[in-house]
Amino acid sequence: MASVNSLHSHSTGKAGWLPALLPLVIFVIAATRVPANAAGEHLHWTLPWVPSLGVGLGITVDGLSLLFVLIVSLVGAAVFLFAGAYLGDHPQRLRFYGLLTAFMVSMLGLVLVDNLLALFVFWELTTLTSYLLIGFEHHLEGARFNARQALLTTGAGGLVMLAGILMLAEMGGSSDISHLVTQADRLRRHPLYLPTLACLFAGALTKSAQFPFHFWLPNAMSAPTPISAFLHSATMVKAGIYLLARLHPVLGGTPAWMATLVVLGAMTTLWGALLAVSQRDLKRMLAYTTVMALGVMTMFLGGRTTPTLTAAMTFLMVHALYKSALFLVVGTIDHQAGSRDLHQLGGLGRVMPLTGLAATGAALSMAGFPLFFGFIGKEIMYQGALAEDLFPDFATGVALVANALMTAVAGIIVMCVFAGGLRFPGERPREAGWAMWLGPLLLGALGVFFGICPDWVGRHLIEPAVVAFHPQADEIHLKLFHGFNLPLLLSVVTLTLGVVGYFGRRPLARIIAAVEKGLPVSADGAYARLLDLTATLAEKHTRIVQNGSLQRYLTVIFVAVALASGWPMMKAGLGFGPLMAGFDAPTTVEALLGLIILAALTVVVAAGSRLLAVCALGVVGAGSAMIFLWHGAPDVALTQLLVETLTVIIVALVLLRLPPLPRPLSSPRRRVFNAVLSLAVGLVLAGWLTAVTAGDLDRGVTAYYEAYSAVKAHGRNIVNVILVDFRSFDTLGEIIVVAVAGLAGYGLIRRRT
Amino acid sequence: MQSLLPLLVGAMVAASVYLMLCRDLIRFIFGLVLASNAVNLLILAAGRADVLSPPLIARGQSVPGQAMANALPQALILTAIVIGFALLAFVFVLFYRAYQELGTVDSEAMRTAESDPDDASAEVDG
Repeated sequence: MASVNSLHSHSTGKAGWLPALLPLVIFVIAATRVPANAAGEHLHWTLPWVPSLGVGLGITVDGLSLLFVLIVSLVGAAVFLFAGAYLGDHPQRLRFYGLLTAFMVSMLGLVLVDNLLALFVFWELTTLTSYLLIGFEHHLEGARFNARQALLTTGAGGLVMLAGILMLAEMGGSSDISHLVTQADRLRRHPLYLPTLACLFAGALTKSAQFPFHFWLPNAMSAPTPISAFLHSATMVKAGIYLLARLHPVLGGTPAWMATLVVLGAMTTLWGALLAVSQRDLKRMLAYTTVMALGVMTMFLGGRTTPTLTAAMTFLMVHALYKSALFLVVGTIDHQAGSRDLHQLGGLGRVMPLTGLAATGAALSMAGFPLFFGFIGKEIMYQGALAEDLFPDFATGVALVANALMTAVAGIIVMCVFAGGLRFPGERPREAGWAMWLGPLLLGALGVFFGICPDWVGRHLIEPAVVAFHPQADEIHLKLFHGFNLPLLLSVVTLTLGVVGYFGRRPLARIIAAVEKGLPVSADGAYARLLDLTATLAEKHTRIVQNGSLQRYLTVIFVAVALASGWPMMKAGLGFGPLMAGFDAPTTVEALLGLIILAALTVVVAAGSRLLAVCALGVVGAGSAMIFLWHGAPDVALTQLLVETLTVIIVALVLLRLPPLPRPLSSPRRRVFNAVLSLAVGLVLAGWLTAVTAGDLDRGVTAYYEAYSAVKAHGRNIVNVILVDFRSFDTLGEIIVVAVAGLAGYGLIRRRT
Repeated sequence: MQSLLPLLVGAMVAASVYLMLCRDLIRFIFGLVLASNAVNLLILAAGRADVLSPPLIARGQSVPGQAMANALPQALILTAIVIGFALLAFVFVLFYRAYQELGTVDSEAMRTAESDPDDASAEVDG
């Protein structure tokens, strides 16, 4: 609640309603499409995006997309309006509006694109904006923790989903949903069907907070209330539902699809509903009912009959309307009365009548009272549950319990907060400004309007949405009164059970709390342990691989060199024996030079004194210079001699300041290993070099230099001409390297003085 | 020397690797010097070390008259020698400074240099 106090401000920001114009305009444009859309007229545009990957940015406006666009823009308008008053003069309100707008655009993109890869991009954009919005109050540790939890959970799910999308695109030949739908029969029989389905479910179920990934959603409620209302109840969490609906005609309807969604959805529904009743914090209570509602939608998308899928879409709409209104109402209460704790509040309806009216309207829809949209939703839910292909009785039972507990929650919100004696923690609350109650009131009123003319909603919004992913849809009838049938009976039972649940809420809460405590594992705990495990593994891995030992790093490098270049040499039959077959005997001078160098090498390796080692190094260098001279490279020999002399002088200078050569530090066994490894590296190198020199040499480049050295560059020493003319930029680079090394060395020495 | 040179390069590399795998930095430096030499010879061998005259064009001629040593690897070696020298000079100074700061030439004992920020901050004197 500290998060809200920092936002608390009585002055409403000037022109706080201005940002609400954008979603409002989008809503109006989308609303004008409704009649044409209901008549079966769909819009489709394509623009090339990554043509080389076959990714076109196709935009499709069909019933399902339009329903989501309407929900996103309508709730968005209410939330933007509300936020203007809620944030007041918050110093970072511009960041808030920017992020919220970015989220809305991502969400609209998500529901409009036809390509699954483009959908994935928007999907991740909503994840990122959600992360930034949950952590909006980033000075609070809890907000940062919860933001990270949401990001890791949904982000990990998103990555797994990407794997699923790629597999699906590979199987179906395209990542366009419109194309994949035509391949549905083949895809369902494909051997990779199950892995693909599992990957895609991982994305959808983490995003929509389904068991066992439900834990992040209630924690995400640490965000300011407008964000909870928008992202974490009405829109973003429904992206998973949207994806399931979109993929329904592609992958849906199989036993694996139905069993997974019905079972996980039902578990989420029950667990969310039970936890909702036992909360004290109004916002967490609503959060758990959201988890429950998402469970219900998932469960119904597991079905494949028209009533079941209609139930999913109807409930989606019902829920978006009443839940966003209720969240905004809780935000208002928090803002005006300074608390969201059930035990501190009561009788607020008397001081905040308009807010109370909005809350009551939304709550009655949630409870499913007749004449409210929720009633229609509940009726169709029972019809849908009874028409499930798999486990219809189970689904009906789950829906019954969930609806009863929702009724109880609605009762708690209206009766405990707005009715009864006036109770509040701080100063006497007043009615909020118009920007705060208008949105919830309109959303609540819409619930009543849709409840009174369900037929219109059914024909114009629900049916086109269902047809979009269930083309064989029969006529859909949403009616005020279906006659005396089983769903009506179940509705009566629900209301009765709800009243029982309302009055028995205290013992119920105690039982649920006890059960929760008694569980051996919790999802939150598992998440924490997984994070710890990752950190521990990373630390152990680092300690082994990057332990700071120069010797170990070099060993790894040289072993890799010996194996990576020795293995192909053996395989290519370039063993050392065959190469030595063509050995031509060296002349006396060459043999003598070779022997001198070998002897000097032995001295360097075995020397016990620094001076001896440095002298031997000089001999090796001078020997190299002789070899250059012997092979017609006097310039190189001269440079080598000069540089070798300088090197020996510098080594000697440095050695004067270092201690005497220590006795070998490594153990004898280690030294034997080092010897074997170094011989192996040397042998591999000599073998490759022999193999290289046995082949033909392309002297084309040299021939060019030889031909033009005198003619074009007017120089008779070809090596010189190459360095200062043909490749003069290389030489410039070389000079820069020397200069930088000199400066760096100087800097190192100077610091000490 | 076509066949001998690769063997010689191999021997120099083997000696250099052995020295670099020793734990003390003084031998590591020796190994680095040897590696630098070995690479120069390797370039020479790869450009075909035939016994020929230096790549010079006689006065009065515009193109070389007879077969001569390959000029390209020689130019490369010259560059390599100079860059190798610059690298060695820097590494010498670096090791010298490391010894001054840490008081040891045992590279295994230098591992702990980074993990103790208090000590390190005491040494930094701007």
